[in-house]
Amino acid sequence: MAEDVVGKIKNKFTGKIIKKTIKKSDKRVYIYINPANIVEVINYVFHDLKARFQIASGIDTPEGIEIQYHFAFDKLDRIVSICVLLDRENPEIDSACQGIKAIEWIEREIAELLGVKFRNHPDMRHLLLRDDWPKGKYPLRRK
Amino acid sequence: MAKTIIPVGPYHPLQEEPEFFKLHVEGEKVVGLEIEIGYNHRGIEQLCEQKTFDQVPFVVERICGICSTSHPIACVQAIEDAGDIKVPERALYIRTVIAELERIHSHLLWLGLAGHFIGYNTVFMWAWKYREPVLDICEKLTGNRNHYAMMKPGGVRRDIDENDFPWVLKEMDKLVPALDLFKGAVLDDPVIHARLKGIGVLTKEEIINYSALGPTARASGVAIDVRRDHPYAAYDRIDWKVITCEEGDVFAKAVVRILEMYEAASIVKQCLKKMPKGEIDSKPKEIHPGDGIGIAEAPRGEVYHFTRSDGSNRPARHKVRAPSFMNVPTNHIAAVGGTVSDATIVLAAIDPCYCCTERMAAIDNRTKKTVLNSQDLIRLSQEKTERIRKQLGK
Repeated sequence: MAEDVVGKIKNKFTGKIIKKTIKKSDKRVYIYINPANIVEVINYVFHDLKARFQIASGIDTPEGIEIQYHFAFDKLDRIVSICVLLDRENPEIDSACQGIKAIEWIEREIAELLGVKFRNHPDMRHLLLRDDWPKGKYPLRRK
Repeated sequence: MAKTIIPVGPYHPLQEEPEFFKLHVEGEKVVGLEIEIGYNHRGIEQLCEQKTFDQVPFVVERICGICSTSHPIACVQAIEDAGDIKVPERALYIRTVIAELERIHSHLLWLGLAGHFIGYNTVFMWAWKYREPVLDICEKLTGNRNHYAMMKPGGVRRDIDENDFPWVLKEMDKLVPALDLFKGAVLDDPVIHARLKGIGVLTKEEIINYSALGPTARASGVAIDVRRDHPYAAYDRIDWKVITCEEGDVFAKAVVRILEMYEAASIVKQCLKKMPKGEIDSKPKEIHPGDGIGIAEAPRGEVYHFTRSDGSNRPARHKVRAPSFMNVPTNHIAAVGGTVSDATIVLAAIDPCYCCTERMAAIDNRTKKTVLNSQDLIRLSQEKTERIRKQLGK
């Protein structure tokens, strides 16, 4: 049963969408996907597989800006993270918050702390930083 | 048309916590809500990247005074998940005991404040009176009333003394009649019914869409609890149940929290009775590269910590998500459509988090006697309840 959800995601999005899957343990799986498909994958995991959105983690890595959207399958004791890697110079991705309210705040946070542009986000004001924070300064970016 | 906006904040007049709610009102009715946060942003995630894995639990402990063991538990579990570290059995039990004591004192704190918010200060004084012995237990076992500094990757920092167990068990037994008092008096009180029932309602669908957590979700019939669903510490070795209500209003949230305290007291007692002997720390030497996720059920819901190890002694990234981050946006649903007078308690119903550790007793300086003892206070409040009941014709 526990294998099912990862299997279902893999079956649904084979080919170009899924880049690699890391099975850290029985309870933790990380699935790296093509950023262009983020909205359809997240909608499938949230609405069809009924996962609970926990949070997204933005990480500045040497390879680019990585975002992991973490989903909990509470009945299966398993956390599946949908991960994307964005271009460091111009990090841009579609907002996944249409229809999933829970994602709205964290996208605002990642936008201001890591400088990721979320296309079609309804409210891109600062969440944590003050309104007159200097443009182009992102606190969680590495120098 | 010009809008009328009632600002609540940036320093909340009651919650003593920086957050800014702008209530858009038409007459007495709230028709819109803007939430502004960020007044308390301290850059802790960035700070964690500059600390070693041993120091990070200390930093995250300072995120919140009330959840001061939930954050460290989630944090060390994230590090243990990244580094595939085993934890000795006794340490798991100790973690459970501290976490449940925290839940009891946190729920009592909320209950008291909820009373205070609706102008019912008797509840405030009762709840905080009964919170004191719980903090005394924390002090006895860990050395601190809050900020216990017990968690470390691989186990716990200090053992707890088995000589204290009989006293703690006795104190836990004494707590149950106090909870009965709340359950009976508070939940039967006509004023509390009038103020809390049917307001700030959140439906199951809204909870799921906002991914709300903890008692906020459980009061709307969404039976999620990390302790059961993603077992950690010793919760899968103990007999307890997840409390849920169906109504989704502020009253249901109060009921869930009161009933959860019974479960928490029972968990503490079971853990102390079953406490295994042995090591408390597996003493990990290094954290190998990898990602780790640690989750724990704080009093307000799931606390989430993500850590990335690059093989050095510091996290390359440490992400923290407190339950209020998911719960506060639900106010857009809960407060809008209600009245301004209800907004105060509705905005507080999700139990946004802060810490207070002052203690006080009224003592007559000449006689050195307590001015009113607890029986006097209970008698006075019961008499007052009777008067109100008569006035309301109930």
